[in-house]
Amino acid sequence: MKEGDKMNRLIYLDNAATTKVSEEVFDAMKPFFTEYYGNPSSIYTFAGEGKKAIDEARSTIAKALGAKPEEIYFTAGGSESDNWALKATAEAYSNKGKHIITTTIEHHAILHTCEYLQRNGFEVTYINVDEDGVIKLDELKAAIRPDTILISVMAANNEIGTVQPIAEIGRIAKENGIFFHTDAVQAFGHIPLNVDEMKIDMLSASGHKIHGPKGIGFLYIRKGIKIGSFVHGGAQERKRRAGTHNVPGIVGFGKAVELAMANLETTMAYESKLRDHFIARVEKEIPYARLNGHRTNRLPNNVNFCFRFIEGESMLILLDQKGVCASSGSACTSGSLDPSHVLLAIGLPHEIAHGSLRATLSKETTIEEIDFVVDELKGIIERLRNMSPLYEDFAAKNKAAVN
Amino acid sequence: MYSEKVMDHFNNPRNVGELEDPSGVGTVGNAKCGDIMRMYLDIDENGIIQEAKFKTFGCGAAVATSSMATELVKGKTVQEALQVTNKAVMEALDGLPPVKVHCSLLAEEAIHAALWDYAQKHDLKIEGLQRPVNDIGEIEEVEEEEY
Repeated sequence: MKEGDKMNRLIYLDNAATTKVSEEVFDAMKPFFTEYYGNPSSIYTFAGEGKKAIDEARSTIAKALGAKPEEIYFTAGGSESDNWALKATAEAYSNKGKHIITTTIEHHAILHTCEYLQRNGFEVTYINVDEDGVIKLDELKAAIRPDTILISVMAANNEIGTVQPIAEIGRIAKENGIFFHTDAVQAFGHIPLNVDEMKIDMLSASGHKIHGPKGIGFLYIRKGIKIGSFVHGGAQERKRRAGTHNVPGIVGFGKAVELAMANLETTMAYESKLRDHFIARVEKEIPYARLNGHRTNRLPNNVNFCFRFIEGESMLILLDQKGVCASSGSACTSGSLDPSHVLLAIGLPHEIAHGSLRATLSKETTIEEIDFVVDELKGIIERLRNMSPLYEDFAAKNKAAVN
Repeated sequence: MYSEKVMDHFNNPRNVGELEDPSGVGTVGNAKCGDIMRMYLDIDENGIIQEAKFKTFGCGAAVATSSMATELVKGKTVQEALQVTNKAVMEALDGLPPVKVHCSLLAEEAIHAALWDYAQKHDLKIEGLQRPVNDIGEIEEVEEEEY
């Protein structure tokens, strides 16, 4: 590609992958690199600033969930939290049973951990979802056994944005005396969550999905759940998660949560408006497009479409050349040739699942950016369809039907 | 991730399109992997490929390998076209990422499928040509749904 072809503007629509650290977050973090660099576990006064800052962040996060500060355990991110919740619960409660229930559309941090547990003597039931990506609650109820120890269902899906009926799942788990874990990496700080109202026992979240830094997350563990350490070593995090505290990360995460929660309703309203504008324009102006995920019970910032007869990677490369960062449900770009397990789980055939586009917005996205992307997308899809043998056959068949 | 040549052929694909009454047309691929290529060839009475066109559903590498394959077979005899291997396509594109090597294989098969169709139609036996494993003849019907 010639340099001149690339527009100077950058339109970042991949906020489900990661977000920009906001200036306020960055400013809050800075002193903890060069000024208050002391190890918060140390005894001298100098280390106190870090310790104080961690306590504050923990309280802010706990408040956001309706939890107690001592129920928040900082980790290195969402994947560690998911691994910890599943493996440690399995280990601690294997005398009660060796059965775990999850869904077919979880993030790989859950799915691959479940596969690991299956190789180590545990049984896992994967509950199906409907065509909108909503968990089938009757299947969930039917899957519960006397030896079921854990139900893990994501709060909102990272690809198609569908928000699950978490409170309902929490109630079912509670009625059956089963722990309920939710991977809330995409939901926390984006939609309201409350661990008591939703009867959540464990919850995973991550900093960099809400304009906080990468490499920091937490696991909420309800008081009374006796899961052990995942990372062994020092006595940090009430002896449950060893390792020197990532003070700048924790401070940044706390600040990001504070900002997200203070503006939650405004951001949700703003992003939903942009999202619905994006969806409406695509549905009106681009034929053979299918919205993936639930139309209303979906993350305010998630748009996911399949465009028939074309393949995702080609679309992403052409969008990239216009300065647009988006992603595809197709894992093709990340080295695997299989289409997204989520799109297959909602019942799409392979060739359609290959043509997906995920655009995830942020509070900084503008309506002009959305309009620019849809305008470009129209041309890109037409161009790719014109070189698609699938479209050629489809058009020929339509023509035959008309004649 | 892609070489400049691959990006050039992806951005400015050569010979995209269809041929009316082609001497041979072949479609190869697998929607499951996300790549389907169709190649049209016009072959004159001396067995020389006068025209080649393609249509491809697939990633950047799939488009680029199809484009390069049509360029490489044009003007060649049927026997010469059979020597256009996936390796030749890859080399002409300055290489492909390892996960995309199968695209070049598909391009080779697209040539073979089109030649196979040509041989069938004209009742010819082409030395060294076998029907490619990924020859899918006609694309399976996509299930009709409301989109």
